[in-house]
Amino acid sequence: MPTRAVLDAEEIRRALARMAHQVLEHNRGVEAVVLVGILSRGYPIAKRLAEWIERFEHKAPPVGALDISLYRDDLAGKVRPTVRRTDIPFPIEGKCVILIDDVLFTGRSIRAAMDALTDFGRPSAIQLGVLVDRGHRELPIRADYVGKNMPTAFEEDVAVRLVETDGVDEVTIISKDKP
Amino acid sequence: MTATTQSMKTTAPVQPSPLPLRRNILDLDDYSVEEIASVFQTTDAMKEVLGREIRKVPTLRGKSIITVFYEASTRTRVSFEQAGKVLSADVINVSSSGSSAEKGESLYNTALTLQAMNADIIVMRHPHSGAPYFLARHLKASVINAGDGTHAHPTQALLDMYTMRGHFGRLQGLKVTIVGDILYSRVGRSNLWGLTKMGAEVTLCAPPTLLPPDFLGSRRALEEHPFAAVKVETKVERALEDANVVMALRLQLERQKAGHLPSLREYSRLYCITPKRLALARPDVLVMHPGPMNEGIEIDPEVAHGAQSVIEEQVTNGVAARMALLYGVVTPVRSGR
Repeated sequence: MPTRAVLDAEEIRRALARMAHQVLEHNRGVEAVVLVGILSRGYPIAKRLAEWIERFEHKAPPVGALDISLYRDDLAGKVRPTVRRTDIPFPIEGKCVILIDDVLFTGRSIRAAMDALTDFGRPSAIQLGVLVDRGHRELPIRADYVGKNMPTAFEEDVAVRLVETDGVDEVTIISKDKP
Repeated sequence: MTATTQSMKTTAPVQPSPLPLRRNILDLDDYSVEEIASVFQTTDAMKEVLGREIRKVPTLRGKSIITVFYEASTRTRVSFEQAGKVLSADVINVSSSGSSAEKGESLYNTALTLQAMNADIIVMRHPHSGAPYFLARHLKASVINAGDGTHAHPTQALLDMYTMRGHFGRLQGLKVTIVGDILYSRVGRSNLWGLTKMGAEVTLCAPPTLLPPDFLGSRRALEEHPFAAVKVETKVERALEDANVVMALRLQLERQKAGHLPSLREYSRLYCITPKRLALARPDVLVMHPGPMNEGIEIDPEVAHGAQSVIEEQVTNGVAARMALLYGVVTPVRSGR
């Protein structure tokens, strides 16, 4: 299967630094902001964003981890998605929650994540940040902060690999051979 | 740059294996070590859900679970009911008293009726060993064994092992002593499968009349017995030495008419887990009991409610473990959608 690299470690770093600035600009600081990363790869991205924000603002927003397996609408196939432990150790009531994921595709994960979040309280607003927006939305959802807009074919796979989960920072597009 | 990236590859955490789907949960004999590990991991996540203010996730919305109990039960039935409800399934409870079973309806016909009502998962307890296997062969719905005769109680064993793992971080090499009515205990049997698979060192302790015949004498060594490595001890003091976990089993008073014991008093005098006997185990020993307890017969009240007891924790973990198991069960695909 042909694979092409679209972001390397350096480009990921620059994209996240820019997104951190945008979060600060848009929310006028971090006072009311909390980050919630969708497991598994949204969470390390959220932690890195928080580090960048701390570097610029000298104050880091709290970071939580959210598992959405129990909220998905596609429980089919031979295995169940692994349920990981959700960990949001701070109240989200009245906060601006910025959901973070690696890839924005159909929007269904984000729908599930918003359902899950509302079980934890009533945020004042929910914003969305993603490392890659690959298009093909099936729901009326858009991202507020995007690392890279990346037009793809529906059949292609976008693989985000991170040091924290995969040992390396890179984003690649894998084209499946057409049958 | 490339060099650092290469070296970082080795530090990446191992991705946990996803939960394999299964049709039925009948006993632990057909579980692999990996599958049990992924049940534990899923149970961890389910415990977090139970700790939330809003204890409800939509995972099994629109699915129906029917619990059919042909034997008395509080904790197992309520535990399954709560697990199903937290996952948003509709849970309907049927007990044998008050159902058509009292009018003489056969198990098969009762099951067909429940299936015709679109049950996705049937959770059954039955006094006859093997009854859930019979259902699983004939039904499209998934069947979960909630205890069959003297044979198996897989969900109890999984929650027991999960509780041990929670305290010791492992099962491998743990010394687990199971004391009591081994002969009639489905809890003991399922734990035996699970614990030996996970590498625990199991000792069974009971009077010879309450041990299965194949665990007596040297027969296990001669044949290829699946539990050849399990120790059998008739003196409770010796069985408790150095134990990490002591699991007392309920003396099944309803099954004692067969004359296995001279008297309950004698059983209690020789086998009851008392504070004095417990002192022979390790200082951090866990005391477990699947419930319901006959306090003063197989376990002293002081031990049952003492500092080493995790009996209530077993009940709490039971809900999370059953949520994990329900999550991993396939439900039949309905036509006409």
